[in-house]
Amino acid sequence: MTRVAICDYGAGNVRSVSAAFARLGADVLVTASPDDVLGADLAVLPGVGSAATAMAALEARGIDQALRERVAAGKSTLGICLGLQLAFEESEEDGGVPGLGLLPGRAVRLRAARVPRMGWAVVEPGGEAFYFAHSYAAESPAATARSEGVVAEARSGSFLGVQFHPEKSGAAGARYLKRCLSRA
Amino acid sequence: MPLPRLILCLDVAGGRVVKGVRFQDLRDVGDPVALGAAYSDAGADELVFLDVKATVEGRATLLELVRRVADRLTIPFAVGGGVRSVEDAEALLRAGADKVAVNSAALERPELISELAERLGSQAVIVAIDAAGGEVYTRAGTRPTGRRAVDWAGECEARGAGEILLTSIDADGTREGYDLELTRAVAEAVSVPVIASGGAGEARHVAEALEVAQAALLASIVHENPARLAGLRMELREMGVQLRDAA
Repeated sequence: MTRVAICDYGAGNVRSVSAAFARLGADVLVTASPDDVLGADLAVLPGVGSAATAMAALEARGIDQALRERVAAGKSTLGICLGLQLAFEESEEDGGVPGLGLLPGRAVRLRAARVPRMGWAVVEPGGEAFYFAHSYAAESPAATARSEGVVAEARSGSFLGVQFHPEKSGAAGARYLKRCLSRA
Repeated sequence: MPLPRLILCLDVAGGRVVKGVRFQDLRDVGDPVALGAAYSDAGADELVFLDVKATVEGRATLLELVRRVADRLTIPFAVGGGVRSVEDAEALLRAGADKVAVNSAALERPELISELAERLGSQAVIVAIDAAGGEVYTRAGTRPTGRRAVDWAGECEARGAGEILLTSIDADGTREGYDLELTRAVAEAVSVPVIASGGAGEARHVAEALEVAQAALLASIVHENPARLAGLRMELREMGVQLRDAA
């Protein structure tokens, strides 16, 4: 059974992410321990809210270092929404916040007709709709999928980040998470 | 712009879905998790659970309900009713809600919106506005506030609201269509998404609302019947409304 560690650092919808992986048959551990994060087959960094608060919470628990070590060792790691934005070198949110540096690029304020960009939108390649809820977006050479021009997915080495919420994206989201599990 | 959304509203009290006229004579019409899941299967894009009694004693029951919903559902959901502080909202989000909706408490103390946005992020904060004749009403639409809906919506956005849920008291319950004039005015006054509410009687009304707002709230038009939602979605798609492919 694939062991999934979900980083619990006070800035994510941990319950929904954990329920989504449990439904897929994974052995799910919600944890704030860097050792658990380091040891799991798949580590998940969820996240909603402000970049500065979330980054400080990761550092206070030593989860930032555990994530860097995992990725350096080639172990599968998934960032969701703010968890993607924190993985870049920096975010321009809150006057500029240094990120984890797991992905090249940065998170910038969204320039869209309505912000937050909220709702289901089609992701290409693939053509399926996923649920988005964000006010910042990535600018990155590591982008691997886009939605209306916005970076929807980015990857580098063993780190995969998504701007949408697969745990909130119905059947399409469940299929996406299943693929993440099978690669872990 | 993301696809237009259909948001299903479920009134809850004591851990059950209830139905009543103006929150009186509440009748039990089912289990919120089962009904929510059935709506999700029928293609709902999002759900709102509205605690219509919002008593302090009922809070533990509501949180338990939110946990059950989060464990079962795979679409986003908001919870409204009785959110008066950041602590109330945090408890709901920890239990698994994606968003909270505030109404009267925000009118009484607008700083609440800023506090919620600061702590939870704008994407988690819906401000619900009830309006009649362009004026905002409070306390479940019973008391006029003297504020114009467009002005209040603008202040909500400036304070960090991530969405405006706009209910027209004039249109609510008429089944003659959404208040398009009011909805358009508010949607033009703000740049956050607007959810139109009140007055849906047929598919055409929903299609009209989705021309001016980013989402439509559905309640009585589906009669707690998920098959009606599936039928409505099909009608809307035939009218050319770009709803998501929920398969």
